[in-house]
Amino acid sequence: MSIRLENVSFSYLEDTPMSQAALRNVSLEIEEGEFVGLIGPTGSGKSTLIQHFNGLLKPNSGKVYVDGVDLTLKDTQLRLIRQKVGMVFQYPEHQLFGETVLEDVGFGPRNGGLSEEAVVQRVREALAYVGLEYETIRDQSPFELSGGQKRRVAIAGVLAMQPSVLILDEPTAGLDPEGREEILGEIRQLHEERGITVVLVTHSMEDVARLVDRLIVMERGSIALDGTPVEVFGQVARLKKMGLGVPEITELMHELKARGLDVNTDILTVAKAEEEIIRLIESRKVMGWQK
Amino acid sequence: MKEPLIRFTDVNFIYAKTHGREGLAALQDVNLEIFEGEFAAVLGHNGSGKSTLAKHVNALLSPTSGQVVVAGLDTSDQEKVWEIRQKVGMVFQNPDNQLVATTVEEDVAFGPENLGIPSAEIQRRVTESLKTVDMLSYRLHSPHQLSGGQKQRVAIAGVISMLPKCIVLDEPTAMLDPEGRNEVMSTIHRLNREEGITVLHITHHMDEVIGADRVIVMDEGRIVLQGTPREVFSQVDLMRSLHLDVPQVTDLAERLRNRGYSIPQGTLTVNEMVMLLCPSD
Repeated sequence: MSIRLENVSFSYLEDTPMSQAALRNVSLEIEEGEFVGLIGPTGSGKSTLIQHFNGLLKPNSGKVYVDGVDLTLKDTQLRLIRQKVGMVFQYPEHQLFGETVLEDVGFGPRNGGLSEEAVVQRVREALAYVGLEYETIRDQSPFELSGGQKRRVAIAGVLAMQPSVLILDEPTAGLDPEGREEILGEIRQLHEERGITVVLVTHSMEDVARLVDRLIVMERGSIALDGTPVEVFGQVARLKKMGLGVPEITELMHELKARGLDVNTDILTVAKAEEEIIRLIESRKVMGWQK
Repeated sequence: MKEPLIRFTDVNFIYAKTHGREGLAALQDVNLEIFEGEFAAVLGHNGSGKSTLAKHVNALLSPTSGQVVVAGLDTSDQEKVWEIRQKVGMVFQNPDNQLVATTVEEDVAFGPENLGIPSAEIQRRVTESLKTVDMLSYRLHSPHQLSGGQKQRVAIAGVISMLPKCIVLDEPTAMLDPEGRNEVMSTIHRLNREEGITVLHITHHMDEVIGADRVIVMDEGRIVLQGTPREVFSQVDLMRSLHLDVPQVTDLAERLRNRGYSIPQGTLTVNEMVMLLCPSD
């Protein structure tokens, strides 16, 4: 399922003196099966942009197509679109409401008219994807779970609808490093096993560097950069000017290059950096550290 | 020998049934001394006991066994609770749960007003506190119009208007974006440096502890490691086994050491690594 935006502009409080442009003439295509990272400073339009992907917001001008269907037309059935484009908002655990995990996660499928048996099957699968076991957790109140578990249950509620596209707005905010690793690993697995299209909004450069295939950078309502993580993080000066960073290890390689070392800067992981520095040392471009 | 501002002696804490995590030993044999003017950071994953530790410092919790003494006052002494809380201010995680008034200045004035301080003095303290957190120009704004980072700075102003000796921050940046995190971190470092306020900063972001004087690492209710940031992050394997991050540069230095290169242990920043590899300038 693909998403295509053509010349989309959007202002909050349009036609009032408070009007503020949040998206300016954005054109974008996300293909089926892509894993896309979306970064940008606060207020750059990331959240506004993703809310156009399932019709929660409609552009003031321009077109939005999901799988070829024009969301800006009046008679488009947005309910069907929203089943296919699942959205996990920031702090999704604030939206838990069920008395039990089964009730909460099964709410969407049950509303969609599935048999109880099919609902249970959906809930079981969705919970498994977020690393929770149906039998042990089904009857618990979501409100008695730990913070990390609540977050997973909330994500499972979206997965139970079996969306083709999953949009996540800062899914790891507030989690500790272990919880963050686990949730990101589960999302990656979902992408690989089910071919689901993923759009991940995040502030963590280290996370996007190792996870995504494509990275889109927003700035003041426009797309400033769009490319592979290596291409985008190559623009160190530009990203810093926007108040964004690059992974620490990438910054190190750029600093070494700036000091005149003949070093490869297309490096996003510590393991790659290790090999590159050893190459430099062994070729005697860096002196003093030979074994 | 100088007396510590905060002293934990053989502290154990077990949550009672009412807290929904019955029987859990949240603190085990904790011994800790924090001195006046120190910037101490407590690092640990969720459930490691770091918030429980923080709540003992201003008598929100008192030990099941052992003793916590703050500025010479025993936190188990019910009569001393209010005195302790004036000396130790606390800032929590969620910026939306801490602000109570309709304007920023009323919010900051709330604490001193409750102490019955004369209004001219309150005005002075509000102005000073807001100036310290760089929020004076927002004094007439409504708190709900502020960004997360601004809200946390107002919460900090509310605490320092009580003229505390120590401020305890329990994951104050967990819900903020990078810009808000930077604002809050630079504010608390300034408080520590310029006002001499003792800081106990609870976090699971490793990059927020690099500027601390001392890092205290917790796991399963115990203090498992303590030292300068450089000492603590040199223990790459131990930190990993505790599910904590280390800076990428430190990780790189450790990998190079394991391959037989004599890069010094505990290299923390990009600049340090650049200096090591390009020593010529």
